[in-house]
Amino acid sequence: MSQEPLLTVEGLSKSFGGVLALSAVDLTVHAGDILGIIGPNGSGKTTLVNAITGFVHSDRGKVVFKGRDITNWEPHRIADLGLTRTFQVMRPYYSLPAYKNLIVPLFSRRARRSGGWRGGGKTGSRDTVAVDILEEIGFERDSYVPYKTASSLPTGYLKRLELARCLALRPDLIMCDEVFSGLSMSEMASMVPLMEKLQMEGITLIMVEHRLRELFRLAKRVMVLNFGCKIAEGTADEVLGTKEVKEAYFGSEEEVLSHV
Amino acid sequence: MAETTQDRRKERLDRGIKVRTDSVYAISHWQEMTYMLAPRLVFILGLLALPLILSFFPYWQRVISIVCIYALLAVGFDFLANHVGLVSLGGGFYVGVGAYMAALLNLKFGLPPVVTVPIATFAGGVFCTLLFLPCLPLRGVYFAIVSLMFPLLAGRVIEALDIFGGTDGLLGVESFGNPWVERYLLIGSVLVAVFVLRRLLIEDVGLVFRGVKDNDQAVKASAINITVYKALGVYFASTLGCLGGACLTHIYMWAGLSQFALDYSIIPIAATVVGGGGTLIGSVLGCLILVPISEMLRDFGTLRIAVYALILTAFIVYKSEGLMNYGARKYEQFERWVRI
Ligand SMILES: Nc1ncnc2c1ncn2[C@@H]1O[C@H](COP(=O)(O)OP(=O)(O)OP(=O)(O)O)[C@@H](O)[C@H]1O
Ligand SMILES: [Mg+2]
Repeated sequence: MSQEPLLTVEGLSKSFGGVLALSAVDLTVHAGDILGIIGPNGSGKTTLVNAITGFVHSDRGKVVFKGRDITNWEPHRIADLGLTRTFQVMRPYYSLPAYKNLIVPLFSRRARRSGGWRGGGKTGSRDTVAVDILEEIGFERDSYVPYKTASSLPTGYLKRLELARCLALRPDLIMCDEVFSGLSMSEMASMVPLMEKLQMEGITLIMVEHRLRELFRLAKRVMVLNFGCKIAEGTADEVLGTKEVKEAYFGSEEEVLSHV
Repeated sequence: MAETTQDRRKERLDRGIKVRTDSVYAISHWQEMTYMLAPRLVFILGLLALPLILSFFPYWQRVISIVCIYALLAVGFDFLANHVGLVSLGGGFYVGVGAYMAALLNLKFGLPPVVTVPIATFAGGVFCTLLFLPCLPLRGVYFAIVSLMFPLLAGRVIEALDIFGGTDGLLGVESFGNPWVERYLLIGSVLVAVFVLRRLLIEDVGLVFRGVKDNDQAVKASAINITVYKALGVYFASTLGCLGGACLTHIYMWAGLSQFALDYSIIPIAATVVGGGGTLIGSVLGCLILVPISEMLRDFGTLRIAVYALILTAFIVYKSEGLMNYGARKYEQFERWVRI
């Protein structure tokens, strides 16, 4: 592709004490793409998300986003540039109603700058915008769900709330850390079109997933991590065909293939 | 009653009038207005009336001023601890900075209290915040310990370097002149501080502060710099403390090492526990109870501390929510026993 990639990661490494959680991982994502990241438990997927978004300090390597070297920037500055992330272990403000959860991101300079949310100075206007975003992400507007306390929401809605927090910033790229896990089949079925819609709106997505079937419906390109190393990258079929991947998923190989 | 608590539980329901007054638009009836305004008016008018009620007991009028100085510290402590998540024991430092700054401005530049108090308040707040900046990434007990070092250190530094009058302190600071100025300046400041901060907390920015306390990772992921909000919190708290310190200097016409005393760090915490954390008004209430007790026990010397410890322990064990939270619940909700 002639176009500059949106995100380039080169040789990103991180170890925790003796554990090498990431070792020299490279990746490139172009604007508008969906990149899938898979790997067995503890293979370093979350660490990769953390290291790119500034939540952990990487030891070596380089992260370039929109042509700027953002290696080891503070998380809020990276988010301010348009690179957002969801948390695998969801972090809503449990005591607040769902829509009030979005007030914090809507209060950020990025959200105010983009102005698209019309979040002017008038009191209450952020509340309206928040409900709009929740509707976009699948909270039924006329139901009571957007007004329920986050602690009483089921996992499916909390995952959506994680995405909504990112969307409130009008991001260029969202790194989704396992938005499908913990969802029921029907919740998952409604999540896939949602992700497609985000892509259509021009948001680039990096999706860390265990659910291969849903991931492969969305992501044209997938990379596989194992013990912190990238062991394969390519289309779904290419990746699942490689020997290393079969070995990495050894024992669960049948399961992997049966998902597809 | 024959039933044991195992067979029943306490059910709590919001009073109808509370449900309606929660949305401002519903207030139309005088009963609802009274319901909402009564507690606020009692607090405001009560504080304003105190110096008048006590006008035959000049000693106690002075105590009210001291109560207010502690109340400023306690409101700042409560805000910082329960809404920003920083437990600061730096109260003694804020008071000392405010006190010395006001004294120096008065003695060296001959500025009157009208000028020294505002400057010492706001510049003192900036000074304290700058010194605390490196400590802001610390959490919980680590921040508490480091913040406690500030008042301890400041006193020793002044002593060792023999600056600002050394152990003698700065004598001959101008007084407020009229004692009513002193009283109402302090009472007015407490009221303004409480209502401005409470207002801030119900605005959107209040949710950001709460986020910094409860869920800082999510706030960072929302493109918000948590250090800015922590610094802002420290600025509010230290400004209030410096205001207290500046007033203290002009009241006693003296600035000295005792203004870095740990009382200013500790009593606000006790007051917040007694009054009810998070309410801001509660910490004022706590000071209104604890500081006079402390004055009455002045003759008993260190026995004061024992009494304090007892009160604090009793509250933590029996009413850990504090007076305000308890009172608000009684005021806003019915309680009744229901069979399970
Ligand atoms: N903060 C940390 N401190 C110490 N070790 C860590 C830390 N975070 C991750 N690790 C270790 O790094 C390795 C990679 O963990 P990571 O969470 O990135 O895996 P993952 O691929 O996201 O796993 P999962 O599929 O279970 O989410 C693991 O061995 C983990 O124990
Ligand atoms: Mg993970």
